[in-house]
Amino acid sequence: MRWDVVWNNFDYFLRGSLTFNSQTMSFEGQLGGLALAVVLAALGILGAFWLGLAAGLMRLSRRFWVKAIAVIYIEIVRGTPLLMLIFWFYFLAPILLGTAVPEFQSTLIAFIIFTGAYVGEIVRAGVAALPRGQMEAARGTGLSHFQAMRLVVLPQALRNMIPSFVNQFVSLTKDTSLASIIGVNELTNTATQVNNRTMNAPFEIFITIAVLYFLVCWVLTAISRRLEKHLARYQARGR
Amino acid sequence: MKYNFDWSVVLTGEYHQWLVDGFWLTLKISAISIVLAMALGTLVAVLRMTKVKACVWFSLAFTEFFRNTPLLVQIYFWYFGSFVLLPEAVNKWLYKQDFEFASGVIALTVYTAAFIAEEIRAGIFAIPKNQLEASRATGLSFIQAYRYVILPQAFRIIIPPLISQFLNLIKNSSLVMTIGVMDLTYMARQIESHTFRGFEAFTAATAIYICISLVVSLTINVYNKHFLRQIKY
Repeated sequence: MRWDVVWNNFDYFLRGSLTFNSQTMSFEGQLGGLALAVVLAALGILGAFWLGLAAGLMRLSRRFWVKAIAVIYIEIVRGTPLLMLIFWFYFLAPILLGTAVPEFQSTLIAFIIFTGAYVGEIVRAGVAALPRGQMEAARGTGLSHFQAMRLVVLPQALRNMIPSFVNQFVSLTKDTSLASIIGVNELTNTATQVNNRTMNAPFEIFITIAVLYFLVCWVLTAISRRLEKHLARYQARGR
Repeated sequence: MKYNFDWSVVLTGEYHQWLVDGFWLTLKISAISIVLAMALGTLVAVLRMTKVKACVWFSLAFTEFFRNTPLLVQIYFWYFGSFVLLPEAVNKWLYKQDFEFASGVIALTVYTAAFIAEEIRAGIFAIPKNQLEASRATGLSFIQAYRYVILPQAFRIIIPPLISQFLNLIKNSSLVMTIGVMDLTYMARQIESHTFRGFEAFTAATAIYICISLVVSLTINVYNKHFLRQIKY
């Protein structure tokens, strides 16, 4: 067993080549490893939240064409493997835009578009799970549809959706490993680099990064479970 | 944007054949993994239901660990990392086999089994507890009771979520391209690098994946409409 290989590169797994130079008082190198994976997942879920909110609300709309756009977007993205989407943005953005998009940005866009579709379904289910009376009563007090949604329905629905968002964040954290395929230097990529360089400790290296991912995701799952129990008590239910 | 579409690349000729081959390989690796994952998932779910502490702990650790680590890392682990633990002779034999395909199947099976186990467990919980007690009282053993009474009912309830797990597996199978299994995604990528016809190749591959997914979700809807309503406890 060559655990020393893992130990020597542990810093690199955690934060890439980023180091703090105490002489010049500045950061040097590139952020990578687990830190970059978490940054990627956090930015991804942030973007996907707004996109998913829009998609979910559009899917609930009564206007046919608004609903159709959302349905097409959600069905297409949910039927496509994430890896395929990453390739779409990485290989075809240059053709569409005329310039190459850096790997980090192009995977981030792919993550946001991919997760947005799933968040859209979460939002739709969350709003649909509220009693219809909430919307009707809010409209009855003179609020417009948009106001009723923003001030009455969404605050309740979103709170009930928090556990689902955490689960989506967990699954996005795992999915950030795919960014390594087009060369973003996140945790999986640092591992394959170290593996290619050392060649003698593949078992130890991949077990270590699996455990690193596991720790992050497992803590988040545990939080989500607690939230689910906690929020269930306050849930307004339909029917 | 200046781009001349040339759909003939993916509709006829050698590259078309590549896509067809990739499609069949995707179906093949998915089908094998689905069957194995169902078997392993059922085993893990039932182990969790036993009263033996070791079995329960094993099952819990299995599902938690494999659900919370990325599939890609698992694929790399089985492909690069696992075989170093085996004896030299076994390794030599393994290299003569289709080792990429085998590690892909193992990774997809184990990863999906962890998710399937949770679904099956939910299905078992949906069956009233006295069903087990009653069947034990008629003289069936624990295994017989599960085999003849509990599992057949549980499976009927969880068919929709199980099917969507199968769909996830088919989409996840695109990751095995990273270790050189020539599936649909691998072929699309290959055509892109050979002909620079990325648009056509990726569109064709994406369309195939979406068709599979639409067929599957249609099946779930039909099942929900016609069969799920009749199941009552």
